[in-house]
Amino acid sequence: MNKTLLILRHEFLHMIKRKGFVILTLTVPVLALIGIGIFQLVSPGEPSVVETTTIGYVDEAGGFDRFTTHGYIELVRFSTQDAATAALIIGDVYEYFVIPSDYLSTGAINRYTLERQLETPPSISTAIKNFLTSNMLADKVPPETIYRIEAPIDLVTTRLTETGEVATEQGGYGNVIIPAIFGLLLALSLQAASLYMVEGLGDEKESRLIEVLLSSVSPRQLLTGKVLGLGAAGLVQVVVWLASLPLLLNLASSTIGGFFSTIQLPANFLVLGIIYFVLGYLLFAALSAGVGAISSSARDGQPITMLYALLVFVPIWFASLLFIFPDSPIWTVLTIFPITAPIEVMLRLGVAGIPTWELVTSLAVMVLSILGALALSVKAFRIYLLMYGKRPAWGEIIRNLRSG
Amino acid sequence: MLAVEVSHVAKSFVDKVAVDDLSFSVAQGEMFGLIGPNGAGKTTTIRMMMDILKPDSGEVTILGEKLNESTKNKLGYLPEERGLYKKLKVMDSIVYLASLKGVDRHSATEKANELLNQTGMSASKNKKIEELSRGMGQIIQFVVTIIHDPQLLVMDEPFAGLDPVNTELLKEMLADLRKQGKAIILSTHQMNQVEELCDRILMINNGQNVLYGDLREIRTRYRGNALLLDVEGELGEIPGVTGKRVHKGYTELILDGKAIPQQVLTHLINRGMVINRFEVATPSLNEIFLKEVGKKA
Repeated sequence: MNKTLLILRHEFLHMIKRKGFVILTLTVPVLALIGIGIFQLVSPGEPSVVETTTIGYVDEAGGFDRFTTHGYIELVRFSTQDAATAALIIGDVYEYFVIPSDYLSTGAINRYTLERQLETPPSISTAIKNFLTSNMLADKVPPETIYRIEAPIDLVTTRLTETGEVATEQGGYGNVIIPAIFGLLLALSLQAASLYMVEGLGDEKESRLIEVLLSSVSPRQLLTGKVLGLGAAGLVQVVVWLASLPLLLNLASSTIGGFFSTIQLPANFLVLGIIYFVLGYLLFAALSAGVGAISSSARDGQPITMLYALLVFVPIWFASLLFIFPDSPIWTVLTIFPITAPIEVMLRLGVAGIPTWELVTSLAVMVLSILGALALSVKAFRIYLLMYGKRPAWGEIIRNLRSG
Repeated sequence: MLAVEVSHVAKSFVDKVAVDDLSFSVAQGEMFGLIGPNGAGKTTTIRMMMDILKPDSGEVTILGEKLNESTKNKLGYLPEERGLYKKLKVMDSIVYLASLKGVDRHSATEKANELLNQTGMSASKNKKIEELSRGMGQIIQFVVTIIHDPQLLVMDEPFAGLDPVNTELLKEMLADLRKQGKAIILSTHQMNQVEELCDRILMINNGQNVLYGDLREIRTRYRGNALLLDVEGELGEIPGVTGKRVHKGYTELILDGKAIPQQVLTHLINRGMVINRFEVATPSLNEIFLKEVGKKA
C-alpha cells in the first residue's frame, strides 16, 4: 500500500477511536433521541380541559354588556369598582378592568390585577380588545364582519421560482434551524480536529518518533497522510450526523409536531454539507499541521490554533444579523474567506440561498487554501522538524519560509 | 557497493558549525563506530544520512544511491532518544512502523512474533507502550529498527539506559546481523563498546574528522614505546630501557627510541627469568580519544 495511504489509515483509525471524537459524533443523534423521548414522557396524551379564566369589568361608559365569552376567558360585570376589587381579593375573578366614562374619546382602559407581570398576557389583551370591538359594532355590521375585524389577516406566503412555479423550499425558521445547528456542530468539530492534529504532531516531536517516521517516509507523505486521515474521520462524523437527520426529523415531526413539522432541509444541503465539512476538516488539518511544524510541543502549539479556531465561529456570532439583512455583501466575504466559509455557507443555505458564482468561488478558494496550507506546512515542517526548544519568532518563520 | 558514502558534507546552524567537511564510507558487512564527545556532530551527521536534515554542501549516498523511498525501506534507524506511540499496543506499533518500511501486515506480524520471542518480550505484545519500562521500550524500538531486514542499520547510542542483560542481548543480536552481511553504524561515546564490536571507526570532534580507519591499525599507530611486564625476581638493568613504573601486578618499562620489544624479550630470556606477562603497551580507544580530543580542545 502507498505510504501516504498507510499513514492516512493509521491516523483515521487513531482519530475515530478517540473518546472525544466518538462522544461528539454520537452526541447529536443520541441527544436528539433523548429529547424526543423526554417530550413524549412529559407531554400529555390528550389535551386536558383548559380551565375558564374569569375576568371582571366595570362599565362606566355604558353599553358593554354582550359578547362576554372569548375562548376560555369569561367576562363578569360588576356595578362598582369596590365590588370588583372585593371579588378580586377573595379570588372570584382573576383580574378586572374598568371602562371609564370617557373611553370613546381617550381609549384608556384601567386594568387591576394581583399578579406581578412584565406586560399584559396576549390572551387577555386580545379578549378585552375583542369584547370592546364586538360591543361597539353590534347591530351596526353583520356578525361575520365583526369576526373579520377581530382577525383581519391570516397571511399565507408562497415562494415562487423564477419560472413562476411554487418553489420546493418555502423558507422561514423551519428552513434555518437544521443548517444552523449543523454549522455550530461543524465549528465545534473543526476546533477539536485542529487540537487533535497539533497534539498528534507535538507528541511525535516530543517523543522523537518523528525521526523514525522520517527515516521511512518523506515530510510530504507524512503530513498529507495525516491531513487526509483527519479528513476521512470528518467524513465519517458528518455522514453519521446527516444519515440520522431525516430519521430524527420524521420522528420529531410525528411525535412532537408543531414547529418540527415545518422543518425543511434546504436544497443541496446534504451535498454541500458533506463537501464543506470535509473541506473544512482538510483546511483545519493542514493549518494545524503547519502549527505543529513550528511548535516544539502540543502545549506550545495549541494556543496558536485558537487564532483560527475562534474565527470559525464568526458566522455564528453574527447569525442574527444575517437573518435581518440577508443581502449584505459582508456575507459574501465570509462565504469566500476559507476559514469562515463552511459555517457561513450552512447558515446562508437556510436563510436566503447562495448565488452559484459565490459557491463556486468559495469552493475554489477553499481547495486552493488547503493545497497552499499543506505546501507551506511541509516546508515549515522540514525547517523546524528538529526544533525541540523554544518556538521561533514569527518574523524568523516568515523569513525562513520565503528563503526555503 | 558501499553501504554508506559520505563525501565532504557540511552543516551549519545559526550559532555553530555542526559538521565541517566530513567524509567517510562504510562497507557492507562492517560494524562501524562513529565516536566523539557530546556535541561533536555525530547525531547531525546521522540525520543528514537519514535525509532528516539537508547538508549545506557535500553528498551522501546510501547503498549506492541518494536516499529515496526504496532505499529508506532498506534502512533501519534507532535514534538517540527513543519514542513510540504511548497509547498504541506493542504489536500494533511494530506492525505499523514495519508497514511504513514496505513490509506487509502478515509478514510483519510473523516477524514481530519471532523477534519478540527472541528478546523475551512475547508476554508484552498486547500491552500498551506506556505500560512498559524504559528498557523494555528500548528493546521494542530495537525490534522496530530491524524488523524489515534492513541492509544498513544506524544506531545512535544503542546501549544507553540498558541493563547489562539487555546490553548483552543487543550485542549478540548485532553480531548476528553483521554475520548476515548487514552494515551497522554505532554512534556512541562509550568507547569500550566500540572497541569490543567495531572494525573501523570515525572519531569526530567539533564536526571535524579526528581519526578515521581500521581500529587495530589506529591503536597500533598510537602504541607508545612501552612494555607491560610481570616477571619473577629482580629486573635489574636492561639495555634500551630508560624508565620503570611499578603498577599493581605489573611493571611498565619505557624504552628509548632505538630499542624494540623483541630485544628486551631476548635479554630477559637469556637471563633465565620466569616471565608471567610480556605485552606491548597499546593504548585503549578511550586514551586515544582523550588524547585527541584534548589536543584539539
